Amino acid sequence: MRRFSWFNATALTAGFAFLYIPMIILVIYSFNESRLVTVWAGFSTHWYGELFRDQAFLDAAWVTLRVAFVSSTIATILGTMAAYVLVRGGKFMGRTLFSGMIYAPLVMPEVITGLSLLLLFISIGLDRGIFTIILAHTTFSMCYVSVVVSSRLVSFDRSVEEAALDLGCTPFDAFRSVTLPLIAPAVIAGWLLAFTLSLDDLVIASFTAGPSATTLPIKIFSSVRLGVSPEINALSTILILIVTIGVISASLVSKRRIVQQQRDEQMAEQAQQ
Amino acid sequence: MNLARRTLIGIPYLWLLLLFLVPFGIIFKISLSDYAVSIPPYTPTLDLSEGWQGIRGFFAALDWENYVFLTEDDLYWRAYLSSLKIAVISTFLTLLVGYPIAYGMAKSAPEWRPMLMMLVILPFWTSFLIRVYAWIGILSNEGYLNQLLLWTGIISDPLQIMNTPTAVYIGIVYTYLPFMILPIYATLERMDDSLLEAAEDLGCSRLSAFWIITLPLSRSGIIAGSFLVFIPALGEFVIPSLLGGSSTLMIGKVLWEEFFSNRDWPVASAVAIILLLILVIPIILFQKNQEKNQEADA
Repeated sequence: MRRFSWFNATALTAGFAFLYIPMIILVIYSFNESRLVTVWAGFSTHWYGELFRDQAFLDAAWVTLRVAFVSSTIATILGTMAAYVLVRGGKFMGRTLFSGMIYAPLVMPEVITGLSLLLLFISIGLDRGIFTIILAHTTFSMCYVSVVVSSRLVSFDRSVEEAALDLGCTPFDAFRSVTLPLIAPAVIAGWLLAFTLSLDDLVIASFTAGPSATTLPIKIFSSVRLGVSPEINALSTILILIVTIGVISASLVSKRRIVQQQRDEQMAEQAQQ
Repeated sequence: MNLARRTLIGIPYLWLLLLFLVPFGIIFKISLSDYAVSIPPYTPTLDLSEGWQGIRGFFAALDWENYVFLTEDDLYWRAYLSSLKIAVISTFLTLLVGYPIAYGMAKSAPEWRPMLMMLVILPFWTSFLIRVYAWIGILSNEGYLNQLLLWTGIISDPLQIMNTPTAVYIGIVYTYLPFMILPIYATLERMDDSLLEAAEDLGCSRLSAFWIITLPLSRSGIIAGSFLVFIPALGEFVIPSLLGGSSTLMIGKVLWEEFFSNRDWPVASAVAIILLLILVIPIILFQKNQEKNQEADA
């Protein structure tokens, strides 16, 4: 029985319109000729040129990319280790505290995380800059990575790992040649999540950056506070475009992998018959 | 326990201890200190060179003065209460907007669902800041919404939405909507449609079948989604400061200003500790709900 009704169609149309219209308007007005963002004065790519000539924006973008790349890479390694410990590690002293420290940062208000890290850096006398932002971002994004990876670790069949160990693999070899390939999609997803979270973060970066380093969100925030500007629209459009391409291609890749997997399973079944 | 296992547990453990747990101890310590015109701007600081005397003097100088100050100045009370109010109302609004979308997704043809899922997740990957920024252009006095309403003749004077709590509600609903849709969708998708068919065969109307069957069965999704919106909304900073203007009081903004504008670190720390205490209850409830769901799945 089909339960798709007019109500559902309206809910979906209205819902997705609400989600997407603000962003579509943002993109359209990035091609506006006028400096006044809310008044349409003709098509122009003027503001994109302006954006790429703005050295402050380019510097901030470069800082942000470096921070995101380094912090998400360390966070992925630490987060995968933490997930492995939580799912496969068995009992050890302070396990409850450990899992609490993994889940708490996910729901902690950013202002508190930011303030606490800043006070730590000040009290141990660490100069604030790119390095401290990396430390801060690594800390909260490793928790996200750990959650993503552990859900994958829970779901797959443990017997393959045990088989490898029975056949004489060392635990490290078993991890590298059996576990890691199986959790690889989750590890990659975790890295991407950590990377995006770092690119996106304003509050924690503002606390931990100090006066010497400026990230893109800090730069955007300070200019947006003064009101709308066409340069920010142009920058937003570029960021939205990158995310859209990324998400669509990721979903295509995962779709192809599911199809491939189904085909493999079918072939395996046929071979058995 | 061998060395490899110890390293595997030890490295992430130490990292979180040093960069997550220890900082909370430091916040707590500084919340008991006093404001001072110095670098760092609080007193006392621990001076180990004076030995035991220094440590005793340090602890003697800590007191609860900042917490007393928070109860005396009604700015802070009003900020906590207004944050709670804004978080509760916007969680409810997000539920009202999100539930029909999740419902529509769960009832759509299975081949559509991955695409709809992607459309919900896409905004989540897009910069939070940009999604809030998009509303400034829409809601401001000369913004697109007012232009549209003036042009159609519905209103004759521009509506003041920007810099009011309404703008904050819109901002929170818009940015947190995926967090509400996804858990509700997950519970609705698992639901067995034959229950509804049975109810209708037994003479239930569609609407009452929804109230009696669908809504209770999606309860765990509603609870999870509500916590996922409520908890971060309570400490929200970006949305009230960009859309709320000076008329909206939220504790995240108060903490930020106490720290960056007034440079009063001890009071900012005390504000953070109280906020944390308020959040402990919903966080524990949320975790209980998640554990119950996991048990139900197993």
